[in-house]
Amino acid sequence: MNDTGRGNAAVDLGSEFLGIKSPNPFWLASAPPTDKAYNVNRAFEAGWGGAVWKTLGEDPPIVNVSGPRYGAIHSNDRRVIGFINVELITDRPLATNLGEIRQIKRDWPDRALVVSVMLPMNRESWAKYVPMIEDTGADGLELNFGCPHGMSERGMGSAVGQVPEYIRQATAWCKAFARVPVIIKLTPNVTNILGPAKAAKDGGADAVSLINTLNSIMRVDYDTLSMYPNTDGMGSHGGYCGPAVKPIALHMVAEIARNQATKGLPISGIGGITDWRDAVDFLALGASNVQVCTAAMVYGFRIITDLTDGLSHFLRDKGMTRVADLVGRAVPSVTDWQYLNLNYVVKARIDQELCIKCGRCHIVCEDASHQAITNTVNGERRFEVIDKECVGCNLCVSVCPVADCITMERLTSGIDTRTGRAIVSEKADWTTHPNNPLRR
Amino acid sequence: MAGTQPDIAPGRLSAAEIERNFADLHPPLSKSAALIAADRCYFCFAAPCTTACPTGIDIPRFIQSIRSGDLEGAARTILSENIMGGMCARVCPTEVLCEQACVRDGHEDRPVDIGLLQRYATDPFLGSGTRLFERAAPTGKRVAVVGGGPAGLSCGHRLACLGHQVTILSRDGKLGGLNEYGIAAYKTVDDFAQREVNYILAIGGIEVRTSTNLGKELSLARLCRDYDAVFLAVGLAGVNKLDLESEDRPGVIDAVKYIAELRQAPDKSRLPVGRHIVVIGGGMTAIDVAVQSRKLGAEEVTIVYRRGKEQMGASGFEQDLAQSAGVRIRHWARPTRLLGDAHVTAVEFEYTRAGANGGLEGAGGIFTLPADVVFKAIGQELGWDELGSAAGILRTTRGRIAVDANRRTSLDNVWAGGDCVAGGRDLTVTAVQDGKLAAEAINRYLTAGG
Ligand SMILES: Cc1cc2nc3c(=O)[nH]c(=O)nc-3n(C[C@H](O)[C@H](O)[C@H](O)COP(=O)(O)OP(=O)(O)OC[C@H]3O[C@@H](n4cnc5c(N)ncnc54)[C@H](O)[C@@H]3O)c2cc1C
Ligand SMILES: Cc1cc2nc3c(=O)[nH]c(=O)nc-3n(C[C@H](O)[C@H](O)[C@H](O)COP(=O)(O)O)c2cc1C
Ligand code: SF4
Repeated sequence: MNDTGRGNAAVDLGSEFLGIKSPNPFWLASAPPTDKAYNVNRAFEAGWGGAVWKTLGEDPPIVNVSGPRYGAIHSNDRRVIGFINVELITDRPLATNLGEIRQIKRDWPDRALVVSVMLPMNRESWAKYVPMIEDTGADGLELNFGCPHGMSERGMGSAVGQVPEYIRQATAWCKAFARVPVIIKLTPNVTNILGPAKAAKDGGADAVSLINTLNSIMRVDYDTLSMYPNTDGMGSHGGYCGPAVKPIALHMVAEIARNQATKGLPISGIGGITDWRDAVDFLALGASNVQVCTAAMVYGFRIITDLTDGLSHFLRDKGMTRVADLVGRAVPSVTDWQYLNLNYVVKARIDQELCIKCGRCHIVCEDASHQAITNTVNGERRFEVIDKECVGCNLCVSVCPVADCITMERLTSGIDTRTGRAIVSEKADWTTHPNNPLRR
Repeated sequence: MAGTQPDIAPGRLSAAEIERNFADLHPPLSKSAALIAADRCYFCFAAPCTTACPTGIDIPRFIQSIRSGDLEGAARTILSENIMGGMCARVCPTEVLCEQACVRDGHEDRPVDIGLLQRYATDPFLGSGTRLFERAAPTGKRVAVVGGGPAGLSCGHRLACLGHQVTILSRDGKLGGLNEYGIAAYKTVDDFAQREVNYILAIGGIEVRTSTNLGKELSLARLCRDYDAVFLAVGLAGVNKLDLESEDRPGVIDAVKYIAELRQAPDKSRLPVGRHIVVIGGGMTAIDVAVQSRKLGAEEVTIVYRRGKEQMGASGFEQDLAQSAGVRIRHWARPTRLLGDAHVTAVEFEYTRAGANGGLEGAGGIFTLPADVVFKAIGQELGWDELGSAAGILRTTRGRIAVDANRRTSLDNVWAGGDCVAGGRDLTVTAVQDGKLAAEAINRYLTAGG
């Protein structure tokens, strides 16, 4: 499937997560795109590897507001950068969902089909519903401990996810009745993700998935000066997702992947994935597969082709043949600030051939950094780095509109003219720095 | 060919076709197109576009205001440097001004649409007449502004803002100068020139006297006596000559005059149009008369320019515009003879080339083009005859009024700007800048007393 005809024979995107197989590591996250057989059918036709069904709850189903549910931060050309919602879990009867799940799994045996579920904090609920869901033939369960609005006020979703002991308890109940793998979906609305992750592990979770959405308010309505979006003049906080949240998600994934207490716990990475490079980020930082919601919601299912094509070509170019070859590759490079090498010195370098002379590097370095970029040289508009002032902060690189025009060059010998100190190859970090009052 | 009757007639196209042909050359941006265009601005430091704008509009600043949805902020930024920001957005050859300097050209060959964004920002204010500027307290000083074109209006507006009492004295029946009588019709549709004039005059403190001529009813000496300061902005009333025998014969027409008729015509389908037209010249006027003739239905329009493409006064964009309107441009030829008994019927040209010293010389060989109408568009000159005694007392450079960097003439209380001064670029935008600089200088003179 999704063969672009360019022959990626050497690369196999096939994925196995907790023994659940899918033709590629891209699953749709539990959300509106997975709320109905109609959508999931279309998604699988488009080539998605798997889907996590929209979160099920007890009957009678919840009700949603009759709009608006969503809001967005846009770039001026109306690309969605951040997305907010006040939607709850599925609002359809349980029996309808279970029937459709059963049919989809029958029609698409090669795709991963996991069912998201949210239940109250009592053993009986799990005893009752877990077997009903498993009976559909679904490949696994994902426990939604993340939804930050509506459900949390009823003692579910992130109200569970924010208390590690509840996570452990609910996980244990679920595991007691489940034969299929159980994934715990974590909320990012916590100060330290390791507590919830460890609690999930302790409760017997087979894996964690993260992140769910972040507590947020999109903005105000500039005419009425009330919340936007709002329902009849009033608004509640919602859940934030989309490209803007990816860095938050990556940090949490990496923490779980590298921390002694949680290391080895399989991770399904979620949060802001829009193109294949975002997926590379999650995989390299320790996720074994990825889930996508917002991108599918704002572009449609067809973005799967870029995700799969791009990842195949990337793996091929890296000489890798399987997704697993990439998983966790960047984890060893994640550390704490105090271990960063303070003897490492870089200076910005501006490629004068590529420079279009917008001067943005100059003005940002002038106003916000270290006055290390000229604006005029010999009477001409010209932007050059003054090594004596440059601290190598990367601000100029961050604002330059031309790709690769400004790069950071490492100094390996001689003197750093800014500090007057010789460049040395030995590493030295804060733990041993003379200015550190707590140095060992 | 020779001896036949000239084929000149109105209504070569239907009124509807003509109306379509004269629609807005660059239609305004929609809101979403404007936001996309605005997003392309890099917000450069000491932005090259601002340096390239003769009026020095802070372009990144106004584009940022568009981006953030503060159109009033955008309009204020534009109009405070250039009160004709609306007209300039339509007529500036941006491809050789701000947009040429855009750094986007450096890596994607497509500048930010500065002109269109400027129009997007200013149109709502000119349309609604929303006042963005208030007058300072009256100073009791009186300034005479001679000429109601871009230079005169810009100077008058700035002086009025500063609290001075201004009298604009102008030859034509309507203010606006070439905005009203010269600029190609498809660049300024819907009577925009007059709407802009009204917006400018709404500041107050400006008295207008039209159909008043320096050199006839007015003399410079008199104005100098009656007013505290004088600003001359009379444009160019004279037309350069072809220096051909019987050049005044029927069918040989001054392009600027014809365009003025066209601009004032209530019904363009009633304008007489030749079937075969020859335009002599290489500037904006040549392009405009040629293109508009085509749009009126002329069958064959040929511009003949004595030098090459690069030397043409019209920008590359203007030349392309002419060619896509079906105008033929021939380079390196100059007219030698007008043919026809009374009315012109054809023009004979000789080929030319650049001589050793850069001058022009005949290259041998001639050709003839049939012509029902020949348009002269080889430049204008200051109409000294009409300026009367002013001619005698002002210092000049190459036939135009000499001014210093502040646009002050050789007379102590007389300033001048726009096309009538030496060393300018003969553009709307530079005329506006001249008026602004002169107003600031006059203000300093009037308030500091010297
Ligand atoms: C056909 C044509 C097309 C053009 N197209 C463009 C274009 O697309 N873009 C661009 O930037 N520029 C263009 N220009 C140039 C531009 O129009 C002029 O540079 C600009 O109008 C000059 O302004 P001004 O105020 O100096 O003079 P003008 O606009 O010529 O105004 C002169 C004013 O002085 C008055 N006046 C004249 N003589 C007297 C007198 N003796 N006494 C009293 N009042 C007098 C007139 O009534 C008029 O109000 C074009 C010019 C022409 C001829
Ligand atoms: C409208 C909407 C509804 C969602 N509903 C659910 C849900 O029912 N269950 C759940 O576990 N996550 C839900 N999510 C969270 C997503 O599955 C996902 O974790 C989050 O949006 C981050 O991924 P993204 O940046 O790719 O969107 C929802 C998200 C959105 C935008
Ligand atoms: S790296 Fe930082 S300090 Fe160095 S030139 Fe760039 S912005 Fe300035």
